[in-house]
Amino acid sequence: MSSSAAGHQYQPKTSVGKITNFVDTRVGGSAIVKEFGRKIFPDHWTFMFGEVALYSFVILLLSGTFLTFFFDPSMAETHYDGSYVPLRGIEMSMAYASSLDISFDIRGGLFMRQVHHWSALLFVAAVSVHMLRVFFTGAFRRPRELNWVIGGVLLILAMAAGFTGYSLPDDLLSGNGLRIIDGVVKSIPVVGTYISFFLFGGEFPGTVIIPRLYVLHILLIPAMILLLIAIHLFLVVVHKHTQFPGPGRTNDNVVGYPVGPVYAAKAGGFFFIVFGIIAAISAAFTINPIWNYGPYDPSPVSAGTQPDWYIGWVDGALRLMPGVLGNFPFEWNIPLPWGTNTLSLNVLFPALVPAGIVFTLLFAWPWIEAWVTKDRREKHLLDRPRNAPTRTGIGVAGVVFYCVMWAAASSDLIATHFMVSLNDVTYWLRALVILGPVIGFVVARRIALALQRKDREIVLHGRETGRIVRLPHGEFIEVHEPVDEYKRYKLVSFDSPEALTAQPDVNGHVSKGEKRRALASRFFFEDRVAPVTPAELEQAHSHGHHGEVASEHDKASISSH
Amino acid sequence: MADHSHGSPENAVTVAKPGQGSVQKFQDPGLPPHRPRLADTDPRAEKRAERQVGVLFLISILGTLLFFFGYFFIPLDQTIGTLRLQNLLLGLGTAFAMLGIGVGIVHWAKTLMPDHEIAEDRHEIRPEADRADAEKIVGDILEESGIKRRPLIRNTLLGAGVLAIFPAIAIFRDLGPLPGDVLRQTMWDEGVRLTRDPSGTPIKASDVTIGSAFHVIPEGLNESEHKLEEKAKAVVLLMRLNPESLNPSPGREDWGYDGIVAYSKICTHVGCPVALYEQQTHHLLCPCHQSTFDLTQECKVIFGPAARPLPQLPISVDEEGYLVATSDFQEPVGPSYWERG
Repeated sequence: MSSSAAGHQYQPKTSVGKITNFVDTRVGGSAIVKEFGRKIFPDHWTFMFGEVALYSFVILLLSGTFLTFFFDPSMAETHYDGSYVPLRGIEMSMAYASSLDISFDIRGGLFMRQVHHWSALLFVAAVSVHMLRVFFTGAFRRPRELNWVIGGVLLILAMAAGFTGYSLPDDLLSGNGLRIIDGVVKSIPVVGTYISFFLFGGEFPGTVIIPRLYVLHILLIPAMILLLIAIHLFLVVVHKHTQFPGPGRTNDNVVGYPVGPVYAAKAGGFFFIVFGIIAAISAAFTINPIWNYGPYDPSPVSAGTQPDWYIGWVDGALRLMPGVLGNFPFEWNIPLPWGTNTLSLNVLFPALVPAGIVFTLLFAWPWIEAWVTKDRREKHLLDRPRNAPTRTGIGVAGVVFYCVMWAAASSDLIATHFMVSLNDVTYWLRALVILGPVIGFVVARRIALALQRKDREIVLHGRETGRIVRLPHGEFIEVHEPVDEYKRYKLVSFDSPEALTAQPDVNGHVSKGEKRRALASRFFFEDRVAPVTPAELEQAHSHGHHGEVASEHDKASISSH
Repeated sequence: MADHSHGSPENAVTVAKPGQGSVQKFQDPGLPPHRPRLADTDPRAEKRAERQVGVLFLISILGTLLFFFGYFFIPLDQTIGTLRLQNLLLGLGTAFAMLGIGVGIVHWAKTLMPDHEIAEDRHEIRPEADRADAEKIVGDILEESGIKRRPLIRNTLLGAGVLAIFPAIAIFRDLGPLPGDVLRQTMWDEGVRLTRDPSGTPIKASDVTIGSAFHVIPEGLNESEHKLEEKAKAVVLLMRLNPESLNPSPGREDWGYDGIVAYSKICTHVGCPVALYEQQTHHLLCPCHQSTFDLTQECKVIFGPAARPLPQLPISVDEEGYLVATSDFQEPVGPSYWERG
C-alpha cells in the first residue's frame, strides 16, 4: 500500500522522535493531534464550574483509592484497640474501627479522609452550580438537550455516590442517616417493606448494608459516573462549546484560545489549583470527626444532626411536612378486601414530591422551552440571564424552593442559634416553601427586565462617567460617555422573542394544545425589552438633550469655553 | 420623544419595540483589536513574569518538602494534638505543592503565552450526505441480516431476549428474607425486666423519681444474638410523672405503675430515637425531624412530621420491686409500613 509505505519512509532522528513515531504509527496519533491540538475553546469564568466538577471527581478517585487500601467494609463486631484512647475497648463494627485506624494510625490517613469528604462536597456543589450556569444561560437548547439530561443523571449519581459513602464509616451519625432511609423506604406502598428487607438483608440494621453500600460506592456508581462523564465530554467535542454573544462571536463560529498551549495550560493548571484549595481546606477544617460520634447504636442520637449538604433538601422536606394538619392525619389506614394497609403520606409525600417536581422539570425543560418558543434552531450563543427574564425567574423560583427546604434541614440549629422558637421556624419555612418560589420568580424577572432597561440606557445614552460639568449658563450636567462599538454590540446582540399567538394548522384549525402553547408563550414573552436598534440609537443621538448625552461634540464645546 | 425604555411594571404589557422601518440589527464589528499585554511590549515585564512563574514552581517544591517533613518528622503519640499538627502540615504541604504548580502554569499561560483570540467555524453536526449514507448502510445491514424477511427468527429472538432478563432479576431474591411478622414483635414480653441502656442493670420502681427519665432496654438484650436489630425495635423511654398529669384512655389505665410510664423510643415518623425529654412540659422531641409527642396525652403528636403516637409498653412491678413489662407492645413500633394495618 502506498500510504503505509509512505509512513515507513519517515525516519526520525532523535530518540524522542523515534518513540513518538513508534506510538504514532501504531495509534494514529498525528490525526488526533491534528484534530485537537489547536481546537478552539471559548473562555469565560462561568465555564469553569464543570471543570471544577471534573477535577474534584478525579481527586475523589485518587483519595478514594487510597482509602480502600485501609478500609474494611465489614459489620463484624470487634473491640477497638487503636490509638484513640476514649474509644478503647468499645464494641464496634470493623468498618468503624478501620475508619478510626485510617484517622489515627495511618499517617496521612486523616488527611486523605478529609480530602475525600471535602472534594465530595465540592463535587456535588460544582455539578449543581454548573447546571445552574447551563440553565440560566440557555446552554441546554438544541443541540445540547441530551447532554443536559446526562448532566441531570450525573447530579443524581453524584448525590447517590455521596450518600453511599457517607454511610460507610458506620458511626452514630451515618447510622441514623441509614435509619431515616429505612423509614422512608418502608413508607413506599406495597413493596416498601420488601425493599427494606432486601436492602438490609433482613431487619434494620442487619450486617450486610455496609458491604453492599461499599460495592455501590466504589464500583457501580463511580463506573456509571465515569461512563457518563466520558459521553458528556464527547458530546462537548461534537457540539463544540457555547459562547456568549459579542463582537465577532456568532452562532456559526467559536472564538477562544487553542487547546495547545493556552487552553491546555489554563485548564491543566486549574486542576492543580482545585486540588490545592481542597488540600488547604482539608488541612485547616475538620470534616466528619467520626471519633466524636461513637459507633452506631440504635438508641442514642446527637441533637443538631445534619446530613451532608446535598441531602439537606430532602431531609428538610421531611421536616416541613406536617404529620397531622388540624385533625387531619396524613397517615391513612386503608381497608382493602384482604385487610388493612397503611399509606404514610407524611413520609412518602415529602420524600418523593419535591424531588419529583425538581427533577421532572429539570429533565423536561429543554423540550418545554422549545415547545413554548417553537424555536428548534441550533443555539450556540448563550443568553445573558437578564435577556431571558422568564426563564431566569423560573430558575430562581427553583433555587428558592430548593434553598428553603435546604434551610429546613437546619431548622433546629436556626432556632438555637437565633434564639427563636423551633416551631415558629418550621411554620415560617412551611409558608416560604410555597410563597418563596413565587416571590423569587417575580423579583428575579423584574430585576432581569430592569437590567435590560439599564443596558438600553447605556447603549442609547452612554455610560455615566461621574464627571459633573457646569455649563456657561449655569446648568450642571453629568457627562455621559458613549460606549464603543464593541461594548455596544455586546449589549444589543441578543434574541428577544415576542409572544407567539396561537397558529392555525394546515386545515386552518387552532388546536387546544396550540392555544395552551400560546398562553405559555404570552406568559414567557409578554413583558419584554427589545434590544436597541441602530435607528433608535440615531434618534437618541439627534434628539437627546445634553442632560443625558454628551457627545464628543458637546464635550468639545464645553471645553472650548 | 417616546421613551420605550421606561415601561412600568404595573402595565401588564411592557413592550419596548424597535422603531418602524428602521435597520433592525447592528452590524457585527468583528473581533475587538488585540490589546498587547505589558509582557508583550516590555522585555523587563516579560522577564519579571518569567521569574514569577519560576518562583511559583519553587513554592511548589517547598510545599512537597513540607509534606515530607510532616510525614516523617511528626511522630504520632496518641494525642489528638500531634495528629492535628501532622494533618495541618500534610495539608498545607500538598496545598502549596499543588497551588504552586497550578497558579504558576496559569500565570505562565496568561502572561507569556499568546493571547490572540482565534475564531473557528462550527460544522454541521449531521451533514445530510452522511445521513443518507448511514441510512443506506443500516438498510443494507438489515437486509443482509434478513431480520425483516424472517419473522420467525425475529419473534423467537425477541421472546428469548425478553425472557432471558428475568433470571437476572430473580437471582437477587436472596438479598434478604421476607418481612413476615418480625416487625410486629420485639423482645418485650410478660415479666421481662426493664433495664438501663446500655449497662443492662434492672430498674426498681423506687429508683424512678418524679421528673426523671431512663433510657431502657429489655433484660437480656446485651446477650442476644441479634443485638442491634432487637435494640432497634425494643428501646424504651421510661418517665415518672405526677399520676394526675397522665390521662390514660379506657383500657390503658393499668399500663403504667404509679405515674411511671414507658413508651417506645423509636419515632413513628422514620425511626430516629426520640431522645429528648423536656421535663417541664412533658414533651418528647425527636432531634432528627422535630416530631413532638405529649406524654400527658399518651404521646400524641403535637408538632412535626410524625402522624402517630409513640406506642406505649404496658408495665408493672414484680415481687422484688423491679419494673417489668406485662406484655409486648400492642402495635408495631417505629416507622409505618404498608402491611402495618
